Amino acid sequence: MDAVQVEVLLQTLIAGILLGGLYALIGIGMTLIMGVMKIINLAHGELMMVAMYLAYWLFVLFNIDPYLSVFIAAPLMFFFGMAIQKYLINPVLKVESILPENQVILTVGIGMVLANLATILFTSDYRSVPVEYASDAWYLSDFWRDSPVELSLSVPWSISFLFAVVITVALWFFLTRTDTGKSIRATAQDMDAAVLMGVNVERMRLITFGLGAALVGAAGCLFIPIYYLYPALGGRFTLIAFVITILGGLGSTVGAIIGGLILGIFESLTATYVGMGWAPVGRFAIFIAALIFLPGGVASILRRQRLGK
Amino acid sequence: MAPLLEIRGVSKFFGGLAAVVDVSFRIDRGEIVGLIGPNGAGKTTLFNVINGFYRPSKGEILFKGKRISGLKPHQICRLGIARTFQVVKPLQRMTVLDNVIASAFLRSSSKREAVEKAEEILRFTGLYEDKDMLSRGLPLGKRKRLEIARALATDPELLLLDESFAGLNPTEQNESIEIIKKIKERGITILIIEHHMKVIMSISDRVVVLNYGEKIAEGSPDEVGRNPLVIEAYLGEAISA
Amino acid sequence: MRKYQPYIMLLLLLLLPLFGLSTYMMHILILVIMWSVIGMAWNLLGGYCGQVSFGHAAFFGVGAYTAGILYFKTGISAWWGLPLSVVIVAAEALIIGFICLRLRGPFFALATLAMGEVLRVTAENLRGFTQGALGILIKERTWVEKTWYYYIIVLIAVGAFVLVKKIIESKLGYYFVAIREDQDAAESLGINTTLYKTIALTISAVLTGIAGAFYTNYMGYIDPEIVFALHDISIITIMVVMVGGVATYWGPVVGAVIMVLLAELIRSLPRIGTAHQTLFGILLILIIIFLPNGIVGDYPKIKRILGFRRRVGTTS
Repeated sequence: MDAVQVEVLLQTLIAGILLGGLYALIGIGMTLIMGVMKIINLAHGELMMVAMYLAYWLFVLFNIDPYLSVFIAAPLMFFFGMAIQKYLINPVLKVESILPENQVILTVGIGMVLANLATILFTSDYRSVPVEYASDAWYLSDFWRDSPVELSLSVPWSISFLFAVVITVALWFFLTRTDTGKSIRATAQDMDAAVLMGVNVERMRLITFGLGAALVGAAGCLFIPIYYLYPALGGRFTLIAFVITILGGLGSTVGAIIGGLILGIFESLTATYVGMGWAPVGRFAIFIAALIFLPGGVASILRRQRLGK
Repeated sequence: MAPLLEIRGVSKFFGGLAAVVDVSFRIDRGEIVGLIGPNGAGKTTLFNVINGFYRPSKGEILFKGKRISGLKPHQICRLGIARTFQVVKPLQRMTVLDNVIASAFLRSSSKREAVEKAEEILRFTGLYEDKDMLSRGLPLGKRKRLEIARALATDPELLLLDESFAGLNPTEQNESIEIIKKIKERGITILIIEHHMKVIMSISDRVVVLNYGEKIAEGSPDEVGRNPLVIEAYLGEAISA
Repeated sequence: MRKYQPYIMLLLLLLLPLFGLSTYMMHILILVIMWSVIGMAWNLLGGYCGQVSFGHAAFFGVGAYTAGILYFKTGISAWWGLPLSVVIVAAEALIIGFICLRLRGPFFALATLAMGEVLRVTAENLRGFTQGALGILIKERTWVEKTWYYYIIVLIAVGAFVLVKKIIESKLGYYFVAIREDQDAAESLGINTTLYKTIALTISAVLTGIAGAFYTNYMGYIDPEIVFALHDISIITIMVVMVGGVATYWGPVVGAVIMVLLAELIRSLPRIGTAHQTLFGILLILIIIFLPNGIVGDYPKIKRILGFRRRVGTTS
């Protein structure tokens, strides 16, 4: 490998890790909902799209920086998620029907409505937010003059990544250190036992759906400076979130982080070495491989090691 | 003659947890063998191993002299071992008759034969009047009996009954005891998990006792009832009458 | 009377073109019948066997492309795509089944969804083989008139209806429903659940694939965005069955009538046309909440609510 090839590879890996960090945030939201509610939220990407439009308009109308709008959009999405859970999903949980997948199909319906409404309101144009730092980057040669390879690190990508890490750590504290967080985890592990322990499961469901929506909403804001925005992107990200969740192991938060990173790196590699158009195929290839060879996801490996000790 | 079922040193671990440890016993043709033990003794796990839901971690299971451990549940059922579930699993949105027809199809692809067989078994188990009910509408006692009917429709040689009496009132219990005796008369061998001591002692030819996954006693109901280990195992646990 | 219902329907279907319907009416009829076929196919797998697929576009698209590529690469009439698609889609179903059927419930649903998307992206990118996003155009149309297309799809639909009915009344049908109701119980009753799920998937896929091959012949143009569409094929398929009635013989037909008419109606409305997905989405949500078993499945409930008849007996 000559220097250029090494450069390309390293650059690709960096891009993959940065992307993976954001993917992880999307995946965690989905996996939380899956763990507690045992349903797959197929409107997940659409929720992200809603948050992105929020951040977009906050910038256009009030000139609020997308990174600041995380603190506005995420809470709003929290309540939006709770409302969806309370008024749409909860009633369906009680309806008796032949297909238990009704709940999943319901979220498809919600996603369709959100995506279509966005098209009507904002047209299907691609938009992006013209932040000044959009194309800023740090270069390795600025820090290390004689570096044999030249690498660059995009400023907005790095900030978004850092935000994602901070949010993930905060979430971890919430889930492990607070009573509500512990109750959520108990509900995810064993709902019946949680009920016996006096956990208000109904409330935990509300909070969890809200939390999932808030997380993916935050991810949406973080994508704003580095990505375009169009109504149909929700479907793409729903699939990404699902692939991450399968990769990571259903309901596993740590798994979702690892799954997000794997997917990010893998997509970045396919885009560089196979071609941009094939990145989605790469995504599904890894997904199918996970289904066949690692049905329990990354979480099953983690579990195996813990038990092995 | 080779025993109908032979369990040889079977263990089942879940991660580091041992649910069944080195259990061996045999069942001869025509017997009713009771499998008892306190809650969490590994009885249902052992059923799941015999019926193929779990693969034993160690040991093997022979049915009519042939190794069956490692086979899929549907293969084991086809060989002639049928089971019921402690937590009943009726095919909810099918009628009682359809539930049994679905099982009867195992031995015959002709619908007419399957229906005849199913109706015969429903009469045998006293469910014929309820045949057009959706199975989820049945009261618990009858759902338990439907489990037995469904298992019988697969023409088993060995029937594994998992707590078919739990939650039944005394009348229903007596009915079920009668049915089990009649099943024995049909030449079907039975391995039964049961909590009701009265039931198990009255119908079993032999009793196997598990505690913490290990076999602690085996013998006639009387012998086992007098065994100090068994009494100790049951101390502290209220034996439901 | 009930016994003759299907025959009366059949006679009506065969006579319809003699009434001199407009080309547009014939077009709508053909679409309704084509969607009925897809709905029946999905219903066999989803409604009866309980394996909800979110990716039937994968089969529709491969069927459509079998006909399209056959014509485009060899010049053979695209009608040969109908029999050929049976073989190719069956093979596809076996592969997809091998991968997806090890998953249960919603995870199966999403795995199939991913399969549909994989095939769409693949079809877009394999330009040398599929023409990519350019699509395939059938230049020589067999007929200008719609009548023969109509009779062909009627034939397919009647075949599909009879096939599904025969299957459901046989051992296979009992096994499918048993698997839907409780996989563990089914397995322990001697049912090879993997085998029977694969059978259900394959039959369902093949019927859908035939509909796809017909679509290529009828419309004369396909591209990946159309025939592998997630919303416009896979999701509409589910809606056809859910609206009409899950696990009922006539549900998919009723659902197809409603969905096709609704789509046409919405499209014809000025301004609201762009909102058709919103309306479909809302319809889906309402159906799931209020008529979870569809119009045919919840017919007694509808009658009760509308007060057509006093409650006679109980349904559950």
